[in-house]
Amino acid sequence: MPEPKKLIGEDGRRLDGRRWDELRPISLEVGVLKNADGSAYINWGKNKIMAAVYGPKEVHPKHQVLPDRALLRTRYHMAPFSVDERKNPAPSRREIEISKVIREALVPAVLVEDYPRTAIEVWVEVLQSDGGSRVAGITAASLALADAGINMRDLVVGCSCGIIDSTVVADLDDTEDKEGSGDMPVAIMPNLNQVTLLQVDGIYTRENFQKAFELAIAKGREVYSMQRDALAKRFFSGEPQPMEESA
Amino acid sequence: MPMVQRKQVIPGDVIATGNHRYGSYIEKRGDEYVALRIGLAEVGPDGVKLNPLTGPYLPRAEDQVIGKVVDINGFGWVVDINSCFDGFLPASFVFGREFSPATHDLSSKFKVGDVIGARIESFDRSRDPQLSIRGEGYGKFPEGEIIKMSPTKVPRLIGRRGAMVNFISERTGCDVKVGQNGVVVIVGPPEGMAKATAVVKMIDQGTHGADLMGKVEEYLGGSSVAGA
Repeated sequence: MPEPKKLIGEDGRRLDGRRWDELRPISLEVGVLKNADGSAYINWGKNKIMAAVYGPKEVHPKHQVLPDRALLRTRYHMAPFSVDERKNPAPSRREIEISKVIREALVPAVLVEDYPRTAIEVWVEVLQSDGGSRVAGITAASLALADAGINMRDLVVGCSCGIIDSTVVADLDDTEDKEGSGDMPVAIMPNLNQVTLLQVDGIYTRENFQKAFELAIAKGREVYSMQRDALAKRFFSGEPQPMEESA
Repeated sequence: MPMVQRKQVIPGDVIATGNHRYGSYIEKRGDEYVALRIGLAEVGPDGVKLNPLTGPYLPRAEDQVIGKVVDINGFGWVVDINSCFDGFLPASFVFGREFSPATHDLSSKFKVGDVIGARIESFDRSRDPQLSIRGEGYGKFPEGEIIKMSPTKVPRLIGRRGAMVNFISERTGCDVKVGQNGVVVIVGPPEGMAKATAVVKMIDQGTHGADLMGKVEEYLGGSSVAGA
């Protein structure tokens, strides 16, 4: 086996200069697509992801109709130009699986029972990909759902953690994801304090698992405050409104 | 004057705690009232309310809507009411009890493509909304400009007891018909229609504060006496 690449330097900094618990730069924007009912765009490290929500709308084909709730359709897709080597645009095994886990991460937050016999479509399009694109996709998709005015119990926010050079670190980028020895994407509903996505690969000790899990949640809450700011910017002109008095 | 507290909220935010009456788009968890939408929440003597800033139109009984006939079948008209559910206007509501598919021609009353005003007679989770045109001001709109706006902004366009929409009609000389589903039909002289259309679009697009009436007044020009 080849000698594993050194991912943390002598000074304790990672390849891109971050400390172990530092996030990559993140920016979020809500309401970027005119024709979608709700949309959001996220820049997370080198990830550039667009999320769009359409619906609630009629379900086609009709046999998929759920009589008591909405059908939440999710598609995670990577553009052919999103990676160094052209990616075949047909949905791969990985994309189909990520579509499924994103759907299952979002469903607990959406009040699907409020929209019986309808479909709500969530499209997550990765325009440029880096590590942690599923959690970035979930973060953007939940903003797009809120922008579309779908009833939601809470926003959903994701963050990944992992192990590189036997150390637990936050927010792996592409190299760390590939060269490192463990990746743990986590999505949470921050107000409800519930986990909606938890995937793990690699080998963890109990201590490392606990540490990575708690770090992912803490960092997810940091991203949540950015989500709030993005919504405030779109809907409340960025500034909180003063309390008013009226009859 | 009792105090009304206002708050900007996003889904998951706690609006108030304790014991209150509460309206749509709010969920009660324990003794917390949680917002389900992005909007402006109010806590006052009437309880906890949330006015959403975005969202689709969901039909409710007694709503006045404007829709377009998209299909005719033997028993009535299928009407697009700008929602995920199509409205259905039964022929017996139009022709009366003696309606029979053999003797009555449905397209003599409304054709596919006609724009009609209607009231939502009934709607529940299991059936599509049923429409009725019984009453004043319903039925076919033979002419006019159709504008679609966000259904969440419709209350701003209507104003307190119709103050805003009456003011716009008066100033532009147009008849402005507003459906609660976010469809607006404007009929009148061309220059008035252009003005009224622009005002409706302005109300739809901006996030306006307290003095929307002032802004509209300024936009339409002239003295401020006529409105109110």
